[in-house]
Amino acid sequence: MNDPAIVLEARDISRAFPGVQALSGVELTLRAGEVHALMGQNGAGKSTLIKILTGVYAPDAGSIALLGNAVTPRSPIHAQELGISAVHQESHLLPNLSVAENICAGKYPRHPWTRGGGIDWRETERRAAELLASLGINLDVGQLAGGLPAALQQLATVARAVSTDARVLILDEPTSSLDAEEVQALFALIRRLRDKGVAILFVTHFLDQVYEICDRMTILRNGRFVGEYACAKLDTHGLVAAMVGRELAATTRSAATEPADGNAATPPILTARNISRRGQLKPMDIELKRGEVLGLAGLLGSGRTELARLLFALDKRDSGDISIDGQPAKLDHPADALRLGLGFCPEDRKHSGIIADLSVRENIALALQARMGLTKFLTLSEQRQIAEKLVAALGVKTASIETPIGQLSGGNQQKAIIARWLATHPRVLILDEPTRGIDIAAKQELMNEILELARGGTAVLFISAEIDEVVRVSDRIMVLRDRTKAGELPRGADENAVYSFIASHKT
Amino acid sequence: MKRFTQHMLFWPAITLALLLVASSLFNPSFLALTWRDGHLYGSVIDILNRAAPLMVVSLGMTLVIAVRGLDISVGAVVAISAAVVALMIGGSFSATGEVQSAHPLWVALTTAMAVAAACGLWNGLLVVKAGMQPIVATLILMVAGRGIAQLLTGGQIITVYYSPFFTLGNGFLLGLPVALWIAGSLWAALHLVMSRTALGLFVRSIGGNPEAARVAGVRSAAITLCVYTFCGLAAGVAGLIVSSNVKSADANNAGQLLELDAILAVTLGGTALTGGRFTLAGTVIGALIIQTLTSMIYSLGVPPEVNLVVKAALVFAVMLLQSAEFRQLVAGAARR
Repeated sequence: MNDPAIVLEARDISRAFPGVQALSGVELTLRAGEVHALMGQNGAGKSTLIKILTGVYAPDAGSIALLGNAVTPRSPIHAQELGISAVHQESHLLPNLSVAENICAGKYPRHPWTRGGGIDWRETERRAAELLASLGINLDVGQLAGGLPAALQQLATVARAVSTDARVLILDEPTSSLDAEEVQALFALIRRLRDKGVAILFVTHFLDQVYEICDRMTILRNGRFVGEYACAKLDTHGLVAAMVGRELAATTRSAATEPADGNAATPPILTARNISRRGQLKPMDIELKRGEVLGLAGLLGSGRTELARLLFALDKRDSGDISIDGQPAKLDHPADALRLGLGFCPEDRKHSGIIADLSVRENIALALQARMGLTKFLTLSEQRQIAEKLVAALGVKTASIETPIGQLSGGNQQKAIIARWLATHPRVLILDEPTRGIDIAAKQELMNEILELARGGTAVLFISAEIDEVVRVSDRIMVLRDRTKAGELPRGADENAVYSFIASHKT
Repeated sequence: MKRFTQHMLFWPAITLALLLVASSLFNPSFLALTWRDGHLYGSVIDILNRAAPLMVVSLGMTLVIAVRGLDISVGAVVAISAAVVALMIGGSFSATGEVQSAHPLWVALTTAMAVAAACGLWNGLLVVKAGMQPIVATLILMVAGRGIAQLLTGGQIITVYYSPFFTLGNGFLLGLPVALWIAGSLWAALHLVMSRTALGLFVRSIGGNPEAARVAGVRSAAITLCVYTFCGLAAGVAGLIVSSNVKSADANNAGQLLELDAILAVTLGGTALTGGRFTLAGTVIGALIIQTLTSMIYSLGVPPEVNLVVKAALVFAVMLLQSAEFRQLVAGAARR
């Protein structure tokens, strides 16, 4: 209790939302010079706890002490003034402002001559440059933030967060859109901040990252405090068991029975020849067969998403033909794709997946209704029936099917969007990063669901940045590199084979 | 009780009720209805009748706003429609002193509505195909439309003498004003289309997240185009009612500032300007609130020169009452 290193202590925090007890009696202790992981499945209450610490929500019960003094953050700005800063999943820089303007936003230095009237831009740049230099970030502060790669934006966001003399820095899934090298750059920054005595709370779904950078962890499950552990004392197995509350059996394709042999003889459902789009995808072919999972692996920017978008007619292709069941298909609008029996779960759930204000039921019914057209209307009771069935089948956690989908946790939103496509009984389902940002148990369930679908005869195109997932579920793996096909591997290929395709540089 | 107060229509309905109570305090005979010459008379009927054009325009506006759009040209389209119908009916005295119309009435009405729908289609094309910001796209027709109406009328007020045309704005059916029947049946028809077909779901999803709606296979462009066209058509119908009511077409003043009242009616009704969730019934209530306000100001005998200021003050009060943040603020202050 009187440990001098303790910076923040949250005791007995509870918070309820209509229909859900999001947190009950949660504890969290952050110490100076330590990186602390907050672990838990989707819906475990991580986000709610962070929002309470940063003043977005007020707790129903419990207390927060900062350096021994009781505090009640009233708003994110107030929390920042107290010394609690947060960086969220997606970078929140204003793309049309320079790095310096972003870093100093809200606290611009004033010009001495005009008595606080004008902003001293030169001073702004100087301060921003000084801050970045002190953190060891090499970045031109005059650049527009929107033009920076995601990783540098993330670093600048962290710099902005600590520029207010933060004692506590909360990083909410900061690595989910970064590649391995960029993660290392971020970690270097986190270590420097840690050594300066900042208490850091790190939230992620990547277990290996936890063990790489964190000293301790607090685990939540279903809104309850499971325990605080030293990372060195709890191995991955114990961690997962604590998060899930039970032991997990790893899904593998080999365990999933059903030889997909004789596939060579099965005619493909979808054949694309020579499809390309300038600047996004070089001409390539792809075939999807009934009942098979085709894994698509490759680095960010290798053309994975671009290929998926061309297949679903979200972007216009410059060349190439797509045929369904051997028949040339007219495929110029997502509505055509839908009519032909395609489904597509987009990568960016918030931007192009969910319609946040609409209910879970409406979100699930949307694609099926779009396929049926305007006049053949799904009645309310039909919509309810479909939604109830899929919510139960996929285990979507929601207070009711009439809850706005925006109130669900990320993993449950993802499941609901998959439910939207399952409702249309697709013959071909394209899943672009369906496991991103969802926890390990939900990932497991999702992969089981994918295998189940394939067993039912659907052709699944599974796209993921996580090679181990691709290897585990795929019948065939196609590797993309530099916006074109780098190679293809059969089922059972190991991760190294995939990596060697990804890594082999063209000469 | 909580469910009741959280209903989308709760605050708009309370506001309207409060205004009606206030009006009847100032004017004890306000709520009185009398039956004369086979129809109902009274201030309330008068308000319903006068609010009809605004209701019709606002219903179209509701859908445009629901798909994240805005149409500020509706006032000009009202003027165009009024000008077209007045010109088509013409009106010449025959030798017997009987008024003839230049074209059959139904031809004139249909043509005016078709022209108005074409105006809406034009707006829709600018927004959907040319990718213009809705406010800018419709600003073009807002300015040009009034010019077109003035060209059509030659800058004159065209008076219509052909009496069958007057039924739209002045007639009664089963004791109630014809204009109210038009607005009411438009609402009923829209309500049916929105709740009995998938259009309501599509409109809400386009407004909620256009990109996600497109990915889900909704033909957003076509639906948005239809919505703008319908909004133009609705403005056209309102133009017919207005010109029939005043028995003339005044290109300068018909539908003046109506676009602002319509946006206000939609907002008062509880539809968010950011699109997505919308309420047609709320819009009808919103239009009634505005007309009740206007009538109240007249019946209070507010001098014309301060009329607009008084109206603005009342609108301000009404908006405060409807603002959830303001109510919280007041509730918080009261608790302290």
